[in-house]
Amino acid sequence: MNATRPVSSGWLRPHAADLPIDPARPAHGRVVGVLALQGAFAEHQVAVERLGGAVVQVRKPEHLAGIDSLLMPGGESTTMSKLLESSGLWAPIDQALRGGLPVFGTCAGMILLAREIIDRRPDQRCFGALDAVVRRNAYGRQIDSFETDLAVDGLDEPFHAVFIRAPHIEGLGPGVQVVARHASEPVLVRDGVIWAAAFHPELTDDLRIHRLFLSATAP
Amino acid sequence: MTVTPPFGVTGAAGVAGSGHAVAGSGHAVTGSTHAVTGSGRVKRGLAEMLKGGVIMDVMNVEQSKIAEDAGACAVMALERIPSRIRREGGVARMSDPLMIEEIKAAVSVPVMAKVRIGHFVEAQILEALGVDYIDESEVLTPADEAHHVDKWAFKVPFVCGATNLGEALRRISEGACMIRSKGEAGTGNIVEAVRHLRSILGDIRKITQADSAELFGWAKELRAPYELVAEIAQTAKLPVPLFSAGGVATPADAALCMQLGAESVFVGSGIFESSDPPRMARAIVEATTHFQDPAMLAKVSRGLGDAMKGLEIASLEVKLAERGW
Repeated sequence: MNATRPVSSGWLRPHAADLPIDPARPAHGRVVGVLALQGAFAEHQVAVERLGGAVVQVRKPEHLAGIDSLLMPGGESTTMSKLLESSGLWAPIDQALRGGLPVFGTCAGMILLAREIIDRRPDQRCFGALDAVVRRNAYGRQIDSFETDLAVDGLDEPFHAVFIRAPHIEGLGPGVQVVARHASEPVLVRDGVIWAAAFHPELTDDLRIHRLFLSATAP
Repeated sequence: MTVTPPFGVTGAAGVAGSGHAVAGSGHAVTGSTHAVTGSGRVKRGLAEMLKGGVIMDVMNVEQSKIAEDAGACAVMALERIPSRIRREGGVARMSDPLMIEEIKAAVSVPVMAKVRIGHFVEAQILEALGVDYIDESEVLTPADEAHHVDKWAFKVPFVCGATNLGEALRRISEGACMIRSKGEAGTGNIVEAVRHLRSILGDIRKITQADSAELFGWAKELRAPYELVAEIAQTAKLPVPLFSAGGVATPADAALCMQLGAESVFVGSGIFESSDPPRMARAIVEATTHFQDPAMLAKVSRGLGDAMKGLEIASLEVKLAERGW
């Protein structure tokens, strides 16, 4: 086996100094909150900044002031659920979501947004902002994590998607639209300004899904 | 934009079936192409998801539940935490698969387990058990004094320890998907973890200032592949997440590692050798999230009882960090 195979091509690490920004800067003027309690939040920040937007890392309630949308990253949903409570963020985020704050949750973020979680810990909570039933770790353990190309509505070319111990959508309310499927199962959905993905668009250098979300939720 | 019709409310229509089809067969139905498992991207992906969290050593089901309750983003299942390995001596090996299976059944967060350096058969066994991450660890007694495991040969990702940048890059060239500072495990003394983080991150900062000719010198000096050195010169980061381990005993220790530039924290003996493990565990989790916020750190550090007693490095008979090559 090749000992020095190319390590990081197409892989987003949170430096991204060498990645180009979108010259059209479609997120210019946007102030996007990125929930920064745990997980891969830095990659979401890079994506927003490459689109020309400003980012606020959200760790405490005062960080919610002034944001026009919120990204909930991948990570461990149980850990984030606890930290949302201990940092006093649960109630203000819940209120903001009910007030129509646009949000995009990826993987653990999707679990947090769901109406119901299957296979959750008894004390694990979810915001219920997305009319969806989600099963945690439904695709198996880490050795079953996978990457694949997806056809995404609104994108001309396939999107390369990385699924890490991914949740599975078991049921969706009638108002929820499916934006992309894998193996005929929904993996990217939206209900108005609430977006959720079972995979991690933040882990590749492809900005198109972030751009879709931000353009669909422009104030 | 056009959107497909709503999925509609359905029952739990065979998620196991679809899940296995996704992971196993590779050929998806319409709209998708081949699904690839075990790739470098997928293996490193889990490490990215563990950032900003705390990975806790646990020795049994009860401890694994305490860890998960406290907000651990993963647990490391091992039969003896490093401080006990130090006290009791003897050869330290991979844990009993039964114990690992019990912990896997007890918690929903990722489960890691350790193999001896170079012991690729222990690694094969852990992969067969379905652990989420393998730690090829100097805490266990090495099985090979010249070679580490060829980690490219596995679908399960590996984390390896490093004391300096050369060691980190050699492990990455062998396929490691996460690097952790070795520190000095089982001592409750943070000084070695700080030394290793400063060494790794200090050299990365220097390499970003090197000119193209000097990069070849760095590769020679570090005994590391030139391609990785050149990549670091461009990105100013390791190509995989850098976590810290070895000696974290308090919330302040965890925040220190994070402020120095670690992306996450392993806590071995520091939790279950403290006087109040659930509180200490919770406090370290919060300190890792709020590592830049001294007021929060003061709040979470109050009234935790006794941290583990700890050891002076100079008093040690065995330095675990010296294992690995």
